[in-house]
Amino acid sequence: MTEPRTPSLVALAGQQNAGKSTLFNLLTGLQQHIANYPGVTVDKKYGGYTARGRRFDVVDLPGAYSLSPFSLEERVARSFLLTEAPDVVVNVLDATNLRRALPLTFQLLEMGAPVVVALNMMDAADRRGLEIDLDALERRLCVPVVPVVGRRGVGEAELRSAIAETAAAGRVVPATLNYGPLEKEVARIQATLSAEPALYGISARWLAVKLLEGDSEAEALLADRMENPHGLLDELYRARSAFETQHGLSAGDHICACRDSHAAEIAAACVTDTRAGEVPVSERIDRVLLNRFLAPVFLVATIWAIYQLSIVQGYQLTEVTWPILATFRSFVGGLLPDPGFLTDPQLRAMGLWTVDSMNTLLSYVPIFLILFALIAILEDSGYMARIAFILDRILHRFGLHGQSTLPFILAGVFAGGCAVPGVMATKGIPDARARLATILTVPFMNCMAKIPLYALIINIWFPQAKGLMLFYLSTFTVIAALLVAKLLTTSLLRKEETAPFVMELPSYHLPTISGVMHRAFSRTWLYIRKVATVVLAVATVIYALLQFPGVPAERQLDYQSQAEAAIARFYAEMATNPLRTEVQEPARLVRLVTLQTDFAAEIKSAETQAARAALADALRRDHPDAALFLLPDATPDARAANAALQTLSETRAELRRELRRDRLESSFLGYVGRGLEPVTRFADFDWKINVALLTSFAARENSVATFGVLYDQDDGQNLSLEERMGATQLAEGRSAVSSVALLLFFALYPPCLATVIAVRMQTGSLNWMLFSIAFPTLLGLATASAVFTLASALGLTGLQAMAAVHALALGVLILVALPKPWLARLGAQPTVEAAE
Amino acid sequence: MRYAIFDKIGLRRGKPRGTGCGKGRRRCCAGATGECRCGLDAMEPGERCTIRRLCGCGPVRQRLLDLGFQPGREVRMVRNAPLLDPIELQLDDSFIVLRRREAAQIQVRHD
Repeated sequence: MTEPRTPSLVALAGQQNAGKSTLFNLLTGLQQHIANYPGVTVDKKYGGYTARGRRFDVVDLPGAYSLSPFSLEERVARSFLLTEAPDVVVNVLDATNLRRALPLTFQLLEMGAPVVVALNMMDAADRRGLEIDLDALERRLCVPVVPVVGRRGVGEAELRSAIAETAAAGRVVPATLNYGPLEKEVARIQATLSAEPALYGISARWLAVKLLEGDSEAEALLADRMENPHGLLDELYRARSAFETQHGLSAGDHICACRDSHAAEIAAACVTDTRAGEVPVSERIDRVLLNRFLAPVFLVATIWAIYQLSIVQGYQLTEVTWPILATFRSFVGGLLPDPGFLTDPQLRAMGLWTVDSMNTLLSYVPIFLILFALIAILEDSGYMARIAFILDRILHRFGLHGQSTLPFILAGVFAGGCAVPGVMATKGIPDARARLATILTVPFMNCMAKIPLYALIINIWFPQAKGLMLFYLSTFTVIAALLVAKLLTTSLLRKEETAPFVMELPSYHLPTISGVMHRAFSRTWLYIRKVATVVLAVATVIYALLQFPGVPAERQLDYQSQAEAAIARFYAEMATNPLRTEVQEPARLVRLVTLQTDFAAEIKSAETQAARAALADALRRDHPDAALFLLPDATPDARAANAALQTLSETRAELRRELRRDRLESSFLGYVGRGLEPVTRFADFDWKINVALLTSFAARENSVATFGVLYDQDDGQNLSLEERMGATQLAEGRSAVSSVALLLFFALYPPCLATVIAVRMQTGSLNWMLFSIAFPTLLGLATASAVFTLASALGLTGLQAMAAVHALALGVLILVALPKPWLARLGAQPTVEAAE
Repeated sequence: MRYAIFDKIGLRRGKPRGTGCGKGRRRCCAGATGECRCGLDAMEPGERCTIRRLCGCGPVRQRLLDLGFQPGREVRMVRNAPLLDPIELQLDDSFIVLRRREAAQIQVRHD
């Protein structure tokens, strides 16, 4: 980086699936960054390396089939090539399909770019029996051609040296492709353009061809650079229409056909197919995998395998990784100020809250690693494209796209996923309308964090029908997502740009371990970095909203005096006890009480007698003074001290709980929860539920934790949260119907904060982000209110209400999904006749 | 009978509208090779045909051209998706899937 010379700029250009990214990884190694191209949501991957004492900056351009102005990726690639004028353009070609790849090469050469052709996937070409005459290809193209196998790193050194040589060679003369009957016009326009000083630096030949093609961006460029382009534009128009009347073919089509036939000619001259006429292996596999009747079977089996391996097995893995996170929490706890008797120092409370919020998210990392690795395998092997092919028809009915499958799987079609990677995975969908619809409906899926609340409510109200309720809920969310997608694409998103489903089925590849690991780790890292940072910030804000303005001073004093009375009682009981001298200082007493609470919790969670004995030993070793109190020996004094300490710490726990609930009630969020009661009354949500739902916006797991605080047990009861909540709610006159309303609302609940951030990143728009919050909230509230009001009026039981909602949603879904030929007969005219 | 019902609810392969070949699309290409205006979507799996021209305009057309759907090239219909809609086509060595709606824009001639 300290070289005196400026670094060379290297751009990687190529078609989709040509292996551009693999070559990019090969060239730059780990030195890479991702940013967006200005103003658009297309990823700009850049990195660099040093070779021969020179620095090379490498940019991975978006995949482009040609340099037409029609697709966003191609526009981005083209404007980069024009404005940045890279020193070297590495054109990555798929060696197995030279004919289709070469037209882009011709356009790059016409632009006058210093091209190095990297002929990728040479191994696949070999396997397919294609013999490529590299010398002939080099002679025909007049640029260096380097055979590489990106996935194995073959040809890396040669590619680097070819890049260095081309960079050193300097500017090149743009190549010319003969356009036959149009050649005269091209030459004429080229001459006019090269005489124009305002267009200096742009290949006149390339621009002439583009203008004759009728390329809107090229015309815009002309209008931008020249003071009066009208004469030239008029001349172009005349030339185009003259050609069209004369040859019965538009100039653009003719140019495109010229490139294609030239490509065909070169491919025929340089490639010998030794196995022509044989059925490719991929096709033979597809005859089984894409068989009309077997395809759905394989698809379901694949999805089931993903679910089993990532969610079920990954969940077991979290039990191994959780202790690490728990250790981290205790480590941080040790660093922070010690807890007080009644209230903890603000710094400690906030620090632990932050660590807890982070740990909840980090605990999913093993699941994500497995999930992302499996999905990388699906993508690299080529099966993902087949999934899109199989499911496109269903998804297309609802305004989605075949490639929406992956985001939905990631977000948890079947209970357990995460919307964040789901939203991130929408990047690959080429259809802008379907992509937005996918982004906005992916959060409806049942992510892992929704499950605890489902489980809690279902256990309280539907202990006999757990499985059925979970089935209803998980299918309901999918139905709702599809319906919402249809609704949005036919209303709000109708104006968005849409693209056809045109996709190449890649050949099957055996995924490499390094490739899969690289993708799995980089996606997980993206999740950890982008999500954890934002969630940390917002967790802090929510913390503040839950803490302030705080309990009024007089109640605070009341708690204080109760605490002091409890301590005084303890000292009174210990008055004649010789152990009293050990706890003479109040600070020591507080430490002892804390230690007692922690120790009691540890003992409670220890499962075997041996584990409990080990804990006791550890305590004797680490805190010999406290052990006197906590592990009383036979003397009556020690037993009395232990009893007194236990009473004290129970009183303390109770006081702290009351204070916490009091604080929550009088916090900002508590006020908001009460303020919302008039609105949420129709869905039978009281302020407690409101607060729980509000806190779950930061991360959905919070809802259960908040309920835990709100439905606190009173004196010395030892009931589980389910029992407590059930008893309290029953006393408040709630029924199973209101729990159905709550479940439905939670199913349609707006995306959590991390997802919202991902939505913001993927849509590049604040408005869509706000919409993604507001719309599900209103939808959820409306559904919950309607269900509660109607079901109460009709006197349905909870299960009946749920079944009715489910049946209704399913009915609407089928109605929307079924083809409606009468509509077609009313509206559209036959397309081909219209085009004639 | 079965087809009549399928046709009515729109489940029959190929859309009832816009295939460009009228009703008897199987028969349309049998004799008059020059006059036929079959859409690519009217092909049955396994059939081969030659592209005559591409209708429509804009990005779809350009993408199809870039993928190699150039007039004069030979295409083979490989298979339907399980639900019949996207179709898989073979152009030389590459396998391309597209929806029937887009395939209808490609006019072909049976070989």
